[in-house]
Amino acid sequence: MSWQWVVPLVSVLYLGLLFAVAYYADRRASMGRSLVNNPTIYTLSIAVYCTSWTYYGSVGRAAETGVGFLPIFLGPTLMAALWWFLLGKIIAISKANHITSIADFISSRYGKSPMLGRMVTLFVVIGIMPYIALQLKAVAVSLDVLVHRLDAGLAMKGPTAPWDDTALYVAMILALFSILFGTRHLDASERHEGMVTAIAFESIVKLGAFLLVGVFVTFGLFDGFGDLFARALADPQVRRLMTFDAMPGGYVSWFSMTLVAMMAVLFLPRQFQVLVVENVNPAHIRQAAWLFPLYLLAFNLFVLPIALAGRLIFAGQGMDPDTFVLTLPIHGDQVWLALLVYVGGLSAATSMVIVEAIAMSTMVSNDLILPLLLRFRAAFQEDLSGMILTIRRGIIIGLMLLGYLYFRLIGESHTLVSIGIISFAAVAQFAPAILIGIYWQGVSRRGAMGGLMAGFLVWSHTLLFASFAKSGWIAESVLTHGPWGISWLKPQALFGLTVFDPITHSVFWSLLANIGVLVLISLFDRQTAVEQIQALNFVNVFDKGARGGNEYLWSGFVSVADLKKLVSRFIGPVQAESDFANYLQHRLLKLDERTQAPAHLVAFAEKRLTGAIGSASARVMVSSVVKGEELDLHGVMRILDETSQVIEYSQRLELKSRQLEAATRQLQEANERLQELDRLKDEFISTVSHELRTPLTSIRAFSEILRDNEEMEPADRRRFTEIIIKEAERLTRLVNQILDLARIESGKMEWHVAQVDLVEIVRDAMDSTHQLFENKSVRLNYQAPDHPVLLQADRDKIMQVVINLLSNAVKFCAPETGVVEILGREGVDGVGVTVLDNGPGIPREDLEKVFEKFHQVHQARDETQGVPLGTGLGLTICQRIIDRHQGRIWVESELGRGAAFTFLLPRDLQIQ
Amino acid sequence: MPIEILIVDDAPNIVLSLEFLMKKEGFSVRSVGDGDAALQEVEERKPDLVLLDVMIPKKNGYEVCEAIRADPRNQGVKIIMLTAKGREVEQEKGLALGADDYVTKPFATRELVLKVRGMLGLPTD
Repeated sequence: MSWQWVVPLVSVLYLGLLFAVAYYADRRASMGRSLVNNPTIYTLSIAVYCTSWTYYGSVGRAAETGVGFLPIFLGPTLMAALWWFLLGKIIAISKANHITSIADFISSRYGKSPMLGRMVTLFVVIGIMPYIALQLKAVAVSLDVLVHRLDAGLAMKGPTAPWDDTALYVAMILALFSILFGTRHLDASERHEGMVTAIAFESIVKLGAFLLVGVFVTFGLFDGFGDLFARALADPQVRRLMTFDAMPGGYVSWFSMTLVAMMAVLFLPRQFQVLVVENVNPAHIRQAAWLFPLYLLAFNLFVLPIALAGRLIFAGQGMDPDTFVLTLPIHGDQVWLALLVYVGGLSAATSMVIVEAIAMSTMVSNDLILPLLLRFRAAFQEDLSGMILTIRRGIIIGLMLLGYLYFRLIGESHTLVSIGIISFAAVAQFAPAILIGIYWQGVSRRGAMGGLMAGFLVWSHTLLFASFAKSGWIAESVLTHGPWGISWLKPQALFGLTVFDPITHSVFWSLLANIGVLVLISLFDRQTAVEQIQALNFVNVFDKGARGGNEYLWSGFVSVADLKKLVSRFIGPVQAESDFANYLQHRLLKLDERTQAPAHLVAFAEKRLTGAIGSASARVMVSSVVKGEELDLHGVMRILDETSQVIEYSQRLELKSRQLEAATRQLQEANERLQELDRLKDEFISTVSHELRTPLTSIRAFSEILRDNEEMEPADRRRFTEIIIKEAERLTRLVNQILDLARIESGKMEWHVAQVDLVEIVRDAMDSTHQLFENKSVRLNYQAPDHPVLLQADRDKIMQVVINLLSNAVKFCAPETGVVEILGREGVDGVGVTVLDNGPGIPREDLEKVFEKFHQVHQARDETQGVPLGTGLGLTICQRIIDRHQGRIWVESELGRGAAFTFLLPRDLQIQ
Repeated sequence: MPIEILIVDDAPNIVLSLEFLMKKEGFSVRSVGDGDAALQEVEERKPDLVLLDVMIPKKNGYEVCEAIRADPRNQGVKIIMLTAKGREVEQEKGLALGADDYVTKPFATRELVLKVRGMLGLPTD
């Protein structure tokens, strides 16, 4: 028996079996008993994540970097934890908008931009090419290894002619198979139930085969885990693998690999296909979120044992670690097991290639080919549905050939993992536009485009060109000296950043550029009407009330018949007829073919077309038949108005409530001030009434005493009468001053400002107080300029101040020894008067208080009469008068050394 | 032993008039101008009656009244508050703190003398 024939035969038989499974599932689906409506099948189909890269490559990576293979599975496990809300939202958005690919998703989010769809598609093709190449390489190598037994594992074949290359045939067979699975119906939003079932089946086969090898290696070639690990630990070379040291780039690298793997499990085209497009029921996510990580765990159980075993057994033979899974059974003479392993690997590769090819063909045809095609063809010609299918088939073949080309160029010189990672990093570039875009309405089309462009530019420079350079396809000096010798452009040390491993380096710079550009542009960009509506639809997908309805977008003229004709061109007349009939029946509508189609019917047609040809193309097509304005501006304005009115209203409410808060605060403050003022007023009144009552009490008491004691001594009688008179005078003074103060404070005081001579005022004041000084035998010294000191002021008020200061000074001076000095002052800062006395002085702590109302320092008393001399208002009034003249008054004093009161006034008073 | 009256007020002319009125009734009179002196005087001499002004320095009339009543030995000391404030609240406060009566300023001299006599259990006609 020749393996050369057996292996290809087994391959074809296996693929036949797959097709049977798919066919059966499709049959079941058309009979209404779907196999796919099942969370377990859903989860198994997600396991398309585990490709031949996992199957062969993670053992290879483990053999070189130890536990370094783990991030690729850690990422998805982490992401699965976020699925319940993240994936749920993406699925809801996709279902609501008939989205069928990641390119469609991004283009639809950003105003159904055809440009963005094209861009994403292009990036996907470039980014995923290495990944497809990887599958081709894996299948081809495993086939060669099996056919040539151990030989191929020892040394790779040199370059061969394409027609002699196994990989080319593998590519063509896989292309054929993808076509059979994926392009049987046109509407890409229809689920490929057969394909999904086949993928789920393959997930079981590959896991089963891998577990079998693991068990065989661990328990057949060795005596269980204990033995295997003990022997690995004994070998110093192999021991390294069981520590973190073997991982290039260390923990940072772990982080970046985990991050890209997280993104990959959501946004790789095939993952998006199975997770979102093929999802039957969003509730299935709940089981997938725990079952999928479990599947990954099972898959990884034997990775390290197999890698260790390979290193131990093939030590020094130069065996390619990527083939350990296959070569170990061969080494153990388990040929049938090896064949089973090969089938498992084939499963891993085919499932990936089929789903990826279908997903990408939808994208390429909808976003790249169809728009071009539609531009060159007149609007109403023929049934295009057949042609679109043909195009998609062509695309699949083209994609496989491109993958093959990449494999020929690069594949030989790279390990499986390093090729795969390049694709992962590329896919991570879609994350910002999608993840930020479904939570932040403000991301604009230009922002998303700029971000993607920047991210991909950095990615292709730092990873893709680096991989070209490494395989000698372009000059290697690019790596060492930078392109054109510019050192800061070195692909693996951009801007001189050398602390990261190449992958982390690329992920860091590309995502930084991506997110940075996206956010920056979006912040300063204005969105168009369609963009705003789509952004609203995406971000608020769960909030029905907040979604701008699609029907508003169309309000031109188109007849029902024309609309139906348009749709039937893409999905076939029969399908179109039944879809329209269903829709109208569901809405209980009966429409004449020639009447104008209502807006919601146009929207329905657009959605129906979106499923078939993508959102951007569907928009272009519908706008080509809807006569009149493509976008009814009034309609758009109306929704925007409504939306912005709501926004404005809520903003106004917010503003109002802020204003109310502020007003409340102000009111509170005012109230507190009022309360404080009220308290001060109460205090003032109670002080005033006390001050008034005290002389009144004396007056009344002595008056009654005089009345009731007529026989009193004449001396006493005179003394008491004297007290009554003094107290009455004091009362009068007090009342006058209180009235003065009240007039000044309420602004009702009249001020007669004129040019006055300060020297003259001082002289007059001295004349008025002359008697006080005589009575107490206090000396008054006077010093003043011998010329008039002129200023603008109210003469009487200033005189009042001077008299008050003089009488205060006398009051505090000791009789006989007292000396008061009055000095005229004239300076640049104004003119003024100082009054000094040699009385007891004022304690430091009272200096500030002497000008307060009713503050009386040392209640100065007339020794003989016992009457308090001051009213406690004199200095307060002085201060008010000087304030009013825009001057200032202050006191300097030391205890026991007298006091000096000074006021200064500006010469030119600007009084109102 | 003559009846002893303590006058507590910081307005000298009021003190003078009160002294005249009390002496004329035949009482022995002493007077002080602030709260601390008043307490010391009460402590030392246990007067029969205190005419206590509210607004006095150092300790106000309420505090003095409270302090006098806090000492059980002062049970026999009668207190009449002289309040400059006609407000009910102030008078209530005085009574609540243990004053026996109050007189608002400006007071009628005859009424005051009758209140004092009545308080001391002397004939009031």
